[in-house]
This record gives sequence, structure tokens and C-alpha cells, in this order.
Amino acid sequence: MREVELFFGPQHLGMVGNFSITLNVEGDKILKATANPGFLHRGFEKLMEYRTWMQNFPLVCRINVVEPDHMEMVYAMAVEKLAGIEVPERAEWIRSIYLELARVGSHLFGLWAYSNMLGFDTVAQWAMYHRDLILDLFEELTGGRVYHIYIWPGGVRRDFPEGFTNKIVETLHSIGKCVPDYNDIFFNNPLFYERTHGIGKITREEAEKWGGVGQVLRATGKPFDIRKVEPYAAYDKVDFDIPTREEGDAYSRIMVIRDEMIESVHLIFKLIEGLPEGEVYNKVPNPFKWKIGEGESYVRVESSRGELGLYLVSDGGDKPYRVHFRTPSYSHGLTILEKVLEGANISDVGNIMISMYVVAPEIDR
Amino acid sequence: MDKKTSILSPLKALKYLFKKPKTLRYPFELKEPAMRYRGLHLNDWDKCTGCGNCADVCPNEAIEMKEIPEIEAKDGERNERPEIDYGRCCFCGLCVDICPTASLRLSRDYLHIHFDPKTFRLLAKDEKTDKEHFLPEEEYSIFKASLAHRREKYEGFSPDLDYALFDPERVKMSEVPPEERKASFIEQVKGFSAEEAQKEASRCLECKLCEEVCPAEMNISDYVRNIWDDNLEEAARDIYKTNPLPEICGRVCTHNCESACVLGNQGEPLSIRWLKRYVVDNIPLEKYQKVLGTEEIKSIDRKVAIVGAGPGGLAAAYYLRLMGYETVIFERSSKPGGMMRYGIPEYRLPYEALDKDIEYIKSIGVEIKCNTTVGESISLNDLEDKYDAVFVSTGFHIGRSTGVPGTEHPGVFQAIELLRKVTMGEKIKVTEKIVVIGGGDVAMDISRTLSRLQMKKFGTVGVTVSCLETRDIMPATPEEIEEALEEGIKLYPGWGPEKIIMEYEKIKGIVMKKCLRVFDEEGKFNPEFDTREKIEFDGSMIIEAIGQAPDFTFLSEDIKEKLEYEGRKIKIDEYGQTSLSWLFIGGDLVRGPDVINAIDTGHKAARGIDKLISAKE
Repeated sequence: MREVELFFGPQHLGMVGNFSITLNVEGDKILKATANPGFLHRGFEKLMEYRTWMQNFPLVCRINVVEPDHMEMVYAMAVEKLAGIEVPERAEWIRSIYLELARVGSHLFGLWAYSNMLGFDTVAQWAMYHRDLILDLFEELTGGRVYHIYIWPGGVRRDFPEGFTNKIVETLHSIGKCVPDYNDIFFNNPLFYERTHGIGKITREEAEKWGGVGQVLRATGKPFDIRKVEPYAAYDKVDFDIPTREEGDAYSRIMVIRDEMIESVHLIFKLIEGLPEGEVYNKVPNPFKWKIGEGESYVRVESSRGELGLYLVSDGGDKPYRVHFRTPSYSHGLTILEKVLEGANISDVGNIMISMYVVAPEIDR
Repeated sequence: MDKKTSILSPLKALKYLFKKPKTLRYPFELKEPAMRYRGLHLNDWDKCTGCGNCADVCPNEAIEMKEIPEIEAKDGERNERPEIDYGRCCFCGLCVDICPTASLRLSRDYLHIHFDPKTFRLLAKDEKTDKEHFLPEEEYSIFKASLAHRREKYEGFSPDLDYALFDPERVKMSEVPPEERKASFIEQVKGFSAEEAQKEASRCLECKLCEEVCPAEMNISDYVRNIWDDNLEEAARDIYKTNPLPEICGRVCTHNCESACVLGNQGEPLSIRWLKRYVVDNIPLEKYQKVLGTEEIKSIDRKVAIVGAGPGGLAAAYYLRLMGYETVIFERSSKPGGMMRYGIPEYRLPYEALDKDIEYIKSIGVEIKCNTTVGESISLNDLEDKYDAVFVSTGFHIGRSTGVPGTEHPGVFQAIELLRKVTMGEKIKVTEKIVVIGGGDVAMDISRTLSRLQMKKFGTVGVTVSCLETRDIMPATPEEIEEALEEGIKLYPGWGPEKIIMEYEKIKGIVMKKCLRVFDEEGKFNPEFDTREKIEFDGSMIIEAIGQAPDFTFLSEDIKEKLEYEGRKIKIDEYGQTSLSWLFIGGDLVRGPDVINAIDTGHKAARGIDKLISAKE
């Protein structure tokens, strides 16, 4: 049979995001896959070297469209570490609640992408609607639906509005009520199982070797989570579990996501219960007169896709000297995806890619 | 698979067919944006000062300050307003959080649809100033929603001082407490430490509104930035570009800059005056020439005479000397400084600080001839013959009298004369009760000086100050009034003197009548009294501090005749040049009365004199 070069994306059914994979196929079988990033390259890391410490704050969230919040968090943490800024206790708790809401929102968005790709359109619609309810919460808290621009160095930008915690609880309950329906239609559906079981399988050793984090690693049985490994915000103040699976295939990855969503909801309830009173922002110097002493910092958080790191260097000026993000999609979408696609069936390309939870904007910074 | 389910179980989803749809049928069904929604901009033009901080902080350069010719900018404001380019705006709201006046806000509406991209620029206004485009809810229609069809009372993301990007609170200046200071002449303000100064300097937003109101056009934001950067030498160079008396101005300047400072809108203005003082307090006099690059000045063979060693004369001499001119100052008193030495009390301006500024000016080659009265020891006509140009800045040294019955009594004094005597070290016989008439800085200075003398002599303060103006329009700086009150001085604003009460040729007190207004409708000084309402103050010493007048006795008759006048003032051009090309005037004679205005007139005259002499060659 003849070997054919096939372009999967950036405009292709099953491809979400501005990303492309060049496939060498023989019949239905993929011989070699080459990931093609760069369609969404906006030069953020370079751009940040030209903006002041405060001006970068509304910028970082735009790196990852799906989940801007962890980007804000990692930037605020890096600046705080570099400049030695203390964050008030209440702000740390609010940050955790906010980040967990973001995780739920992002997972719902991921569920939309995945179920949509598999042809489960109803579930996709539900997931999108439920994500919108989370966005409503963000809108009330921050004034923005998608780009919240909320966690800034020194704390958070505004305190919770009155009655906001009740609203979070109500919203999460209204989503939670639909979990049985999600199970019936999607997670426990034999069709879903058949499409995903054993697909895109990697072992724990492979995942570790290739830089797999987040669900990719947890689906192979390793409970690796930055919230536990290197706690930040208020994650060391409350107890929560790390859901894992053993098989390392697309099915277990999606099931880990599902379990994580539920765990996040419980975590939010605990955080709301323990939320202390007090200030939420320690003033930083004004944006025109803010210099940070020479130094470098590396911080990491557990984004909904896995370990997200930021390396920030200051040469003592009013702008960063060098910025570099370590994003989970980078290793998942380039290294691991290429390996896993080798030998896979052509009809599973989108399936495998989205089960890796690849978000192209994260790769192209 | 976790749980075996039937292949038919997804059919359960069919039940949603019979439920109410969640989808909004936009635009017929609307969703209210949240209360904090970050939508299109609103700007209160009455509050906005045109400082441009929103434009500076915008990460996307989406905001441009547009000049609005119709707006008449007040002092410390610009007639510019922000215009937002919605092709660039990312709705982050940093512009709102930095706005020092809280005029800029974001509204909850966000729609604008138009085929012409030029319409995507918005000169932000709000319902107060733009009734045409902001409509009440019932007249507003989502079908027409755009930048030109907005809903009123629809404010979203608003400024909050707790989360502002600037610091509204000053670094507290340490001062000698009233109880301690009122018995001595030690300096009240202690000055900033390096850490305090840098923290205070870091509050500056660099909008430069202060520079526009400074009479001497000082590079304030430059030197404040250098203080923040801990680069004092560069800061000193910035200061000396337009002000050669920073030790003095750093203490007693009338600080128009601080009234203009945008941080004062919602909080406390930047302590610009104390910051200036911090710079020069921390550079020793020996280093001045090296720091300011004045170790070698190339002299040119041209001479300029200056009459009066006050701020105007010293400034003119300094800048002329920098240009290479041989400059000689003629001073009537035994020491240079003019009103700064003989008018301002020591607790506000210690003599060491004054001398430091003057010593530096002398060190670069300015000659000061004290005890030389022009018009007596040497005439102005002689100066004209011997020098290439003459700059006169003799100030206001004659106190005005209220002229009410009894003021001719020897127990009625002029504030300015007493202050001079205190400086000269002459003994003043203070009495236990003193009444001061006047509400300006001189009145405060004499009251606080006399109260200190009273403390020394009697151990109590017995000074009553009364002026025509009510407290809110008293011309004295608010801090001075506050400090005077702290020191136990009694203040009665809103009263005018009627007559001095005598008893067997001794002063017993003064009768005051209620002042109804100080200025008439045209803004002219024209007080009106209600003589039915009166008040009496006890006091065996009455001080008049209602203003000063110039002394023109040094002008010879022929010069007086040759000069041209504008009304009662001598006609001058922008450099202070009179109709006699060799004669320039400045200081209080021209503007003020205060130090910073005098410095500016001196600096301008220096430039004018240089122009005049260069043109001759």
C-alpha cells in the first residue's frame, strides 16, 4: 500500500484550536505524526519584556483562552516571589475558590470539545451551558466572562460581592444535579466506552519520560498534583483527593477529568466553609514606579491540564527581563501526541489529541 | 467501564425535550450584565483633570488624550480628555483603577456595531455631560445600542480606593509636637529619612500637572523619579535647572504643585516640598560645585548689577553667573536673604538652610555687597554707568496699616518690622495679650513668633488673630493655620477692625465689626461690614499684618519720569525688562509675593539680560 502525507488541521473536523498535525499514513494506519504548532503564535513571552509589571497582568490571561485564571495565578505568584510581596490570608482562600471554579469551567469546556468530537452533541451542549453558569459567576465577581483579570500581584482585585458564596454553592448544586444525566448519556454509555477504551494508551514510565503531567500522568496511576506536591494559595489548608486511573488510555483520562470536576466541587464547598475574613489586597507600588530587584523565580501551579510553570527573571528594572512559561500542552501536544499517534488509526487522531487535553494557545506563546 | 448501562439509557435525555429551553433568544430576551461588568467607558468630565494616567497605564495604548478647546482648564488641570480606541481596548480596567479622580469608570453596556471603523473611537463621557447619547432605560433600545446610543445609570466596574493602583496616603512627616515647639524656635519639620523619601517619591504618577502650575516650571517629576531611584545628585541637577534656592523652597515654598497634584483628589497630594528638601539636605555644601558641575565657570567681561539679595536677586545672580557674567548684588541689610531672612521665622526656615543656599551661590563667584543701600550709598544712575545691565528686586518691605483710629499709637506695630527685629536679635517687649490683625502667612508668622516669645517670658500663649476673611478663604496656607491653632493661638476669622480702645494713653484692646463680605461681585477687594455686630479683644499690643507695599525710594526722579507705566505698575515685558532697556525688575515687585515666583522672575530676567547683552555684541 502507498504511503500518503495527510494534513490534519488547522481546518479539519475533530480539530479544535489552531493546530495541525501532518500524518504519514498507509491505509488507515498512521506511520508517523508531526505536530505543527505556530498558528496562534502571538509572541507573549517577548511582548511581556516590553510591558511593566502591572501592564503584564491583563496580558497573561490571554495566553490560554480556555483557562486564563491559572495564567494569572502563576504570574502573580512569580512576581510576588520575586518582589517579596505578602498576600493576605483571605486573598489566598479566594484565589483557591476562584481557581477551582476555573478548573470546573475548563473541564466542562474540555468535555464539550471531547463529546462534540465523538459526536455526542447533546452532552456537548449541556457542558457548554453549564460552563456558562460558571462564567456568570466569574462575571459577577470580576466583571469579565472569559478574561477575568482578577488575580494580581498582592492579592485579588476585588473582594467577593455580597452573597457571592451562596451563589457559588447554588450554581454548583444546579450543575451537580445533572451529573446522573451526564453519566447515563456519556460516561457510562457503552458507545463512549467502545470509542475510547484502549485508545492512545501510554504507560506510566512513558508518561514520566516524555514529560506527561496532569490527567495524562494521573490516568497512568501516579497521583502527581502540584496542589499536593508544592501547595500554593490555600490548598494546604483543606483536605482533598487526587483522582487517578490505571489504564493510561483516552477513557481513563476522560474519567479522571470527570472525577476531578466532582472533587473540585467538594473542594470549593470546603474552601467556602473555611473562608476567613480580612483584607484581600496588599498594595503594590504604583505601575509607573515599580521596580523589582535583580533575581529570578520559578513557580508552578496545577492548572486544569497539569503542571503550569513560569520562569521570571528581573534585571532590577520596571519590566521583566525574561519570561518563560512551561505549559502542559507543550509536552502533551508535541512530544507525547506524536509518539502515541504512531500506529494509531486515522479515525482516532482527534480522539487522541483531545483526550490529551491539548490547548493550542498554550503551546504558541 | 465503571457501571454497565443499557445502550438505551441515553434515551433518558429525551425528557429535556419537554423542559423550558435554557437558550436566550437574543436580542428579544436579554441577559443583564453583572454589576461589575467591564463594558464601554464612562468619564465624568467635570471631575476629570486631563492628567492622562489612564493613557499611560493602558497596556494596549488604546487611550489617547484629546485636546478639547471648549474646556477651560483650571489651574492644575489640562483641557484634555481620554479617547478610547475600541479596536485596541481589552477592557482590563487598569485605566479605572489608576484614575486618581475616580472620573473614569466602565459601564455595563458593551455593544457597538457600525460599518465605519472610525466610529470605534470614543471620547468617553457620561450622562452628566452627554445628555444626547445617554438615554433613560425606557427610551433605550438594544437594537440601536452603540457608542452613540447608550443607557444612562448603567455603571459597571467602578474605582475603589482600596484597590487603586496609586497610594492615596502620604508618608507621615515627623514633626516636633506643638507642646515642645511652641516654646522655642527649633525647626518644626524634621525631614524625611532616605527610606521615607523613596517611599513617598514612589507615589508619584508622573502626570506632570504640578510642573504646569509651578511658577518656576521645575522638573518635579524628574527629580522625584531620581529620588525614588536613589540618585540624589541627578535630582539636585534637575532642581538647580530652574531653582537655585532648594533648601529654602524645600521648606517654605507656597507649593502650588501640591495643590495641583492629582493624588490630592481622593487622598493626600505628594509631599513635593519635603522631597525637594530631602535632596539638598543630604548633599553637603562642599560637594555642590562638583555635583552641579560648576567648579569652573568661564567668565566673560560683562558686568551686571543686582539690587536686593532676596530670592529674585539671588536667582538672577546665580543664572547670570552660570552664563559667565560678573554679578554683584547690592543689599541694604547686613545679611543677604531679604524677606526670607527678615520675614520668615526661624522655626520655619532655619538660618543654616538659608545660608547654605546663599553660600553656594557665593561660591560660584557671585559678589554680595551688604549694608549698601542703592539710592543712598550708590545711585541707580551710577549702576547704569558702571554695569551692562541692572536687575532690581527689592521686594515689599513696608507694612500697610488698617488706618483705624488708634493705629498711630506706639503700641501698634507692623508685623514685618517686628519680624525683622526678631531676626536681628533685637529685644521685643511682648505683653501677655496681643491681637494680630490679618489672615495671611505673615499674620501667622508674627503670631507664632510672638507666642514663642510669650512662652519664654510668661509661660503662656495669649495671641488672638482676627481677619476679614472667613476660615475657608483665609489666604494663609491651611497647614500654617492648623499649626498656629495647635500652638494655642486663638483665631477669629470674619471680623474687621473698627477702633483701638485706649485707657489713659495705653492700649487696652480693639473693637471688631462683623465682616459680611471681603470681595465684591467683580472680585475686587471691597469689604462690607455689619456694624451692629461687634466683638472686643483684650490686648495691650496690636499687630497689623494686612499686607506689604514696595519701597521705590531708590528710583531717582529722572528714572521715574523715563519709565513707562501700566496703571500703577511699571511696564515690563516677559523678561522683566522695563522701558529703559538696561533696567530689569523682578521679585515681589512683579509677581507673588512668594519665593518661588521671585525665583522665576529672577531666572527670566537673567535670560533677558543675556539676550540684551548678547544682542549688543
